Amino acid sequence: MAWEFKDGTPMYRQIVQIFERKIASGEYQPEEKIPSVRDLAMEAGVNPNTMQRALSELESEGLVHTERTNGRFVTSEPGVLDELRRRLSYTCIQRFFRELTEIGFTRPQIIEAVRNWNEREGE
Amino acid sequence: MAAVLECRGLTKTYRGKIAALDHVDLKLDAGKIVGLLGPNGSGKTTLIKTAVGLLKPSEGEILVGGLKPGKVTKAHVAYLPDRDFLPSYMTTDQLLDLYQDFYKDFNRSKALEMLQGLDLKLNQKMKEMSKGTREKLQLILTMSREAAVYFLDEPIAGVDPAVRDYILRTIISNYNEQALVVISTHLIADVEPILDEVVFLKNGKIALQQDAEDLRAETGKSVDHVFREVFKC
Repeated sequence: MAWEFKDGTPMYRQIVQIFERKIASGEYQPEEKIPSVRDLAMEAGVNPNTMQRALSELESEGLVHTERTNGRFVTSEPGVLDELRRRLSYTCIQRFFRELTEIGFTRPQIIEAVRNWNEREGE
Repeated sequence: MAAVLECRGLTKTYRGKIAALDHVDLKLDAGKIVGLLGPNGSGKTTLIKTAVGLLKPSEGEILVGGLKPGKVTKAHVAYLPDRDFLPSYMTTDQLLDLYQDFYKDFNRSKALEMLQGLDLKLNQKMKEMSKGTREKLQLILTMSREAAVYFLDEPIAGVDPAVRDYILRTIISNYNEQALVVISTHLIADVEPILDEVVFLKNGKIALQQDAEDLRAETGKSVDHVFREVFKC
């Protein structure tokens, strides 16, 4: 099947996360129309009710909006998109700190390592 | 809302000895794709055969749309058995005619549309097709009925991954909120993403009935994982 899912997290949450990444990365552009629930369910290989639930969740987060007869569109609100990117980056940094802490790094060591990495490999 | 499928103390004993179904109480609603899950011999096929009227309950009852299985319910129940069930000498064209003659709710144009995606000639006989193609054809015929309940008994057993994906997609694309789809299988991981609700059958009894997402949220595990724990040998 097309989309990969992990064990143990409700599937609609995972679908929401996949959409969030697609929207943040610009794979789905602001005001772009997103496919129908049925088409998305087929593409992802998931139950249509699960897909519906994920899209409702995205709607309540303000990331997509429904136009009565036309379908669903990605938001073009800069504030919402900025907030999404901030939230995703936060998750990413949190995971990064957790993984380095697990292999024995202290906070100052992590920050030091990031600074060194940036000097060597960064632009 | 009234349940589309309801079992009350449903019991089926073969030759008066082994209970294939043992006082099963179950209610399933429209608009859901339900996985009837259990190892071999747990009673999945017996339950389906009772629902479609091929077997009579030994005790208790089973109701489809509030009625006992019979002529009336059969007009609204689409059934895909777990083995080839159509005459192998018939061609696709003849099978389409057969379904049209037998079932008022058969939507021929829908079937033809789905068949277009297959590498298949309409004048080809069933016995000249590969197993995968036969499975796809039989599923298409079943899903092209505009039924209230669909029973799919082991629809993905013994087919390659490409055919399996095709079958699962076909089930998704035919989803209809007025209808109930019951899929029996022991290949949990493959069907898990398309299920709304799961029913575990163990030795003819319901071991668990739950919304699939709720089960994942509660246990922190996949349905497949929970299944392996419940049915650990």
